[in-house]
Amino acid sequence: MSPEPMTLVEQIISHAAGQPARAGDLVIVPVHRCMTHDSLTPEVIDALENDLGVTQIQDPDRVAVIVDHVAPASSVATANAQVRVRRWVRAQGISRFYDVGAGICHQIMVEEGLVQPGEIALGTDSHATAYGAIGALGTGVGTRDMALALASGHTWLRVPETLRVRLQGRFRRGADALGVSAKDLSLHLCGLLGLDGATYQAVEFHGGDWLTLDERLTLAGMTTELGAKAGLIPPTGVVADGLAVPDWLAVQEGASYARTLDVDLDALRPLVAIPPEVDHVVAAADLADVAVDQVFIGTCTNGRLSDLQIAAEILAGRQVAQGVRLLVIPASHRILQQATDDGTLATLLRAGATVGTPGCGPCIGRHLGVMGAGEVALSTANRNFRGRMGDPDARIYLASPAVAAASALTGHITDPSEV
Amino acid sequence: MARVWLFGDNIDTDQIVPGRYAPYMTSEAELGKYPFIEARPEFAPAVQPGDIIVAGSNFGCGSSREYAPRALVAAGIAAIVAPSYARIFFRNALNLGLPLFEADLTHRLQDGDAVTLDVERGTIVRGAETIQLPPPPAWVARVWRAGGMVAYYRQHGAFPLEVGQP
Repeated sequence: MSPEPMTLVEQIISHAAGQPARAGDLVIVPVHRCMTHDSLTPEVIDALENDLGVTQIQDPDRVAVIVDHVAPASSVATANAQVRVRRWVRAQGISRFYDVGAGICHQIMVEEGLVQPGEIALGTDSHATAYGAIGALGTGVGTRDMALALASGHTWLRVPETLRVRLQGRFRRGADALGVSAKDLSLHLCGLLGLDGATYQAVEFHGGDWLTLDERLTLAGMTTELGAKAGLIPPTGVVADGLAVPDWLAVQEGASYARTLDVDLDALRPLVAIPPEVDHVVAAADLADVAVDQVFIGTCTNGRLSDLQIAAEILAGRQVAQGVRLLVIPASHRILQQATDDGTLATLLRAGATVGTPGCGPCIGRHLGVMGAGEVALSTANRNFRGRMGDPDARIYLASPAVAAASALTGHITDPSEV
Repeated sequence: MARVWLFGDNIDTDQIVPGRYAPYMTSEAELGKYPFIEARPEFAPAVQPGDIIVAGSNFGCGSSREYAPRALVAAGIAAIVAPSYARIFFRNALNLGLPLFEADLTHRLQDGDAVTLDVERGTIVRGAETIQLPPPPAWVARVWRAGGMVAYYRQHGAFPLEVGQP
């Protein structure tokens, strides 16, 4: 390996390419992990069979197929597409298949250890950047890129420049500032940098050894909203014990960054993204006049146990406001099980929540909570584009689970410190 | 003659094809009917083969859905000109062989302009005026000529790059 200091993404790509690779280089690399889900696997199969003439993929053991986007099937068309996916998975000999109810693809990839620090993983989903939570280069691709990777075992990459985010302080918690969280940091970065603030770049987070795995998954996944190719948190600190981190992967003093951003977490407040763009971000406290019809706690961004727990903490012994629908969808079966065992779910149910099958839920507006014209959703998801959750005249506000729970209580957008 | 369809900044893939109109939810054969079905309903019924999109920065941001550029191809869009593209959209278009030129013509061309596009020369002609587009990298031009990365890979059994070639 080159003695010149490298960013994390340069280290990972160099290691995979077998030679030093620098920001701006175009390289071909082996793909260690491929993830596809129910929504796009049929198109991957079409591309493999019709465009590439490939009937057997290169290495079924590197592939995970997960049914999460419309799970369980909502229509005859989706049911038939899932039948086709299951047949293909069997024919290809793919053993890592996770069917309806297992959970959201990105959660499964990390929870089941299907991706490891230092690896390159492609997913047919833009939030595959989430794998940076454990120090892997995860990135989203389209179906033909996936087909090429499955056929060849390789992909091409432009080595990205890196934007370094240095964290100071901690997320404020406690009575006066309940639940400032990783989501607020992600929204803060979106507001600061804009939807193309890190296009073609990697985002590297420093100063966050104390960040939990749940927080890291939120941060890394949300970097795609900045246009980033990857979002990496060094796999050190409180998560390091559970991970097999290769000895060549570490933050190197003197690595070259395109830009450095310092963020003072102590100054962070609960934030909300205003529709229809993720980078239109204001303080939750400033939106008290916005009434909400549906509050959704879930998704690959904020459907983890700690997210449900903070919502339960706020909702314990209280009732969701009249006229508000509170949907809770755990990100995986394992999380659903844990939230059942520790009483979190019972607390949420007593407050008036309803619970859906682990999966993407209404984030993409296909089932389980599609929004109607004129309705307002407050969602812990990652996108609020027009039409994303259903009718184009529905409005989607994005926030943390704490803001979501507080708003479900009051019926309007609420800073959690106020309830 | 081709028509210019003018769009603004940050055109996301949920606008290009809402998730509810994915082939998974509808059918592959109908894909060409769906581009901008809600954001700009007059687009799909009127777009003609060979028309071009001229847009602002960060075109195609959001979801990885390849059916967004595929729907534009199915509707007949021959090329897109924008100052920048979201990275997954860029790759998807390259894989499909849909030429993306990097230039900001949003103040130079107007919606509805009649133009002639020459992809090989990288020119757009409007009346007496010829606009020279910045040429793509040589390897990208090779991919366009092959009909996209998938077609290139099938023809050559390899990606059009040197470093790391297995």
